[in-house]
Amino acid sequence: MTGRGIVLLALCGALLLAAPMVADRYVLSVLTTVLWFAYVGQAWNVMMGFSGLLSLGHALYVGLGAYASAALFVHFGIGPWAGMWVAMLAATAAGCFIGFLGFRFGVRGVHFALLTIAFAEVARIGFDHLQWFGGSGGFFIPVAGDAGNDLLNLRGSPELFYYVILALVLAALALSRVLLHSRLGYQWLAVREEPEAAEAVGVDLFRARIAAVAVSSALTALGGVFQAFYFNNLFPEQVFSMGRSIEIILPAIVGGIGTLIGPILGAFILTPLGELLTFLIEVTGFDLPGLKQLFYGVALVVIVVYRPDGVWPWLAARLGLVRRPGEDA
Amino acid sequence: MPFDYYLNIAASGLLTGLVYGLAALGLSVIFGVVRVVNFAHGEMMVAGMYGAVLLAGVLGLDPILAAPIVAAVLFAFGWLLQRGLVNRFVERPEHMQFILLLGIATIILNAMLMLFGPDSRNVMVPYSFDTVEVGPLLLDAVRLRAGAGAIVVTAALFAFFRFSRTGKAIRACADNPLGARVVGLNIDGLYALTFGIGAGVVGIAGALMTLLVDSRPQLAPEYTLLSFIIVIVGGLGSLPGALFGGMLIGLSEAMAGFLLDPSLKSLFSYGVLIVVLLLRPQGLLGKRS
Repeated sequence: MTGRGIVLLALCGALLLAAPMVADRYVLSVLTTVLWFAYVGQAWNVMMGFSGLLSLGHALYVGLGAYASAALFVHFGIGPWAGMWVAMLAATAAGCFIGFLGFRFGVRGVHFALLTIAFAEVARIGFDHLQWFGGSGGFFIPVAGDAGNDLLNLRGSPELFYYVILALVLAALALSRVLLHSRLGYQWLAVREEPEAAEAVGVDLFRARIAAVAVSSALTALGGVFQAFYFNNLFPEQVFSMGRSIEIILPAIVGGIGTLIGPILGAFILTPLGELLTFLIEVTGFDLPGLKQLFYGVALVVIVVYRPDGVWPWLAARLGLVRRPGEDA
Repeated sequence: MPFDYYLNIAASGLLTGLVYGLAALGLSVIFGVVRVVNFAHGEMMVAGMYGAVLLAGVLGLDPILAAPIVAAVLFAFGWLLQRGLVNRFVERPEHMQFILLLGIATIILNAMLMLFGPDSRNVMVPYSFDTVEVGPLLLDAVRLRAGAGAIVVTAALFAFFRFSRTGKAIRACADNPLGARVVGLNIDGLYALTFGIGAGVVGIAGALMTLLVDSRPQLAPEYTLLSFIIVIVGGLGSLPGALFGGMLIGLSEAMAGFLLDPSLKSLFSYGVLIVVLLLRPQGLLGKRS
């Protein structure tokens, strides 16, 4: 990254840190949503972007993380800081199981994507029938009134949640950067680009891929924990839905698959655009169900036809933020 | 519980499965030749359903008679889609093809939602509540006709690929695109034709489906996934496999809906999928590549 890029990045970081001082509740809630999608997009990017494993069932890991932490809190009074480890463990176990099945039996590409969808759908139908998790009627975390900010139990004001998700995004960004420049990261890129060649030079394809699934699913589960405590309600139809899985992958695709900044940029483009569209629909009174999703569909097609590598590589090269075009810092 | 009871459920599941199989056949044809996974398959199927619903509402046409018209429209749509958009993506990475078709699926689905609304629509035919006695079986007339329609279209498709020159050319493309180009086949044209055929076939499946279920836009993603499951269970690129997979899924859905909870029936299909992926990843009738 060039000096200009670093300055711009630091400026954006400072703006985000200061945002709650100027932003009202609505803007803050939009920003929280943006950062949530940036975070899970980053987590998904570890699988698709770094290792070339197309997962279309990331809602599964969000849901497992959310349900695990919420159930521990409601049933046993175990707070999210302890529960998140169980949540990550559950999601990683599920991810590794799917990965094991897929990679062991040579399930690749589209077939692997289908396997991830299948497991997310199985979870959706399963959780609909698990009464311990509230079944299809939903699972609720009691809202704790205005008892002040309780970071330990993740109960409190919107500002608290905003800073928590901001910290998660920055941590995920740092982790992705470290991983990408580690031995494992280079293995991932090799596996993504040329699996046969990678294997020939001694990369254990199976282990590299399983590691990618494990990291990605564990990170995604934390997004689920945040979601559970932020929204206080969970419905299998929403949490595990295929639509949610697609929402998770959109920011990274729009921003740039395999780049570090891409998922964050993508979330900052998509969510505000969606809000703007909602606003326009309200103002003009031109309300048709599906209009917003139709727009997302058109955006997806336009992006993949005209900017198949995403917005970030193009923007970064244009603004002189990175040294070589297409090469992320 | 009398044995006849089970037999009846199984038979109606198999007949529904034939229509599923026809839908999956369209997906299999497109994937087998163009090597692109049509992620908008269920959306095209539901478009076919609405086509039949419209023709029934406006002209009072029986869905079986509406099917050829629906097929023609969807053929044109599929042909144009391949020519205009998908063809540029044939050589691109898999995930980009997928994203493109996901975008198209989203557009079709929500366009239908805007045009027809989220409520379900049904088609009434004079024989809606008739039953036909076949030996010990008591079958719904609608199911019998839908299943028969699926068999006729499947047979026609088999004959086309087996005996016609164009069908043989398409199979040549599927086997070896480079070789097909070398001997002078117009690959892009044949790809467009294939995508059109796949879309037309799933359109017919949609039209037949209106005899069995009410049309809702929300069915689309379900049918996309169902077609995928069937194609993988039956074996990618195997036309008999798609039909066989469809019947198997239809049967297992009917049995699960009857013996367990109807809301668990798709869980069963996913179970079948996972078992097949693990034990026989090339599919039940597929060849090992």
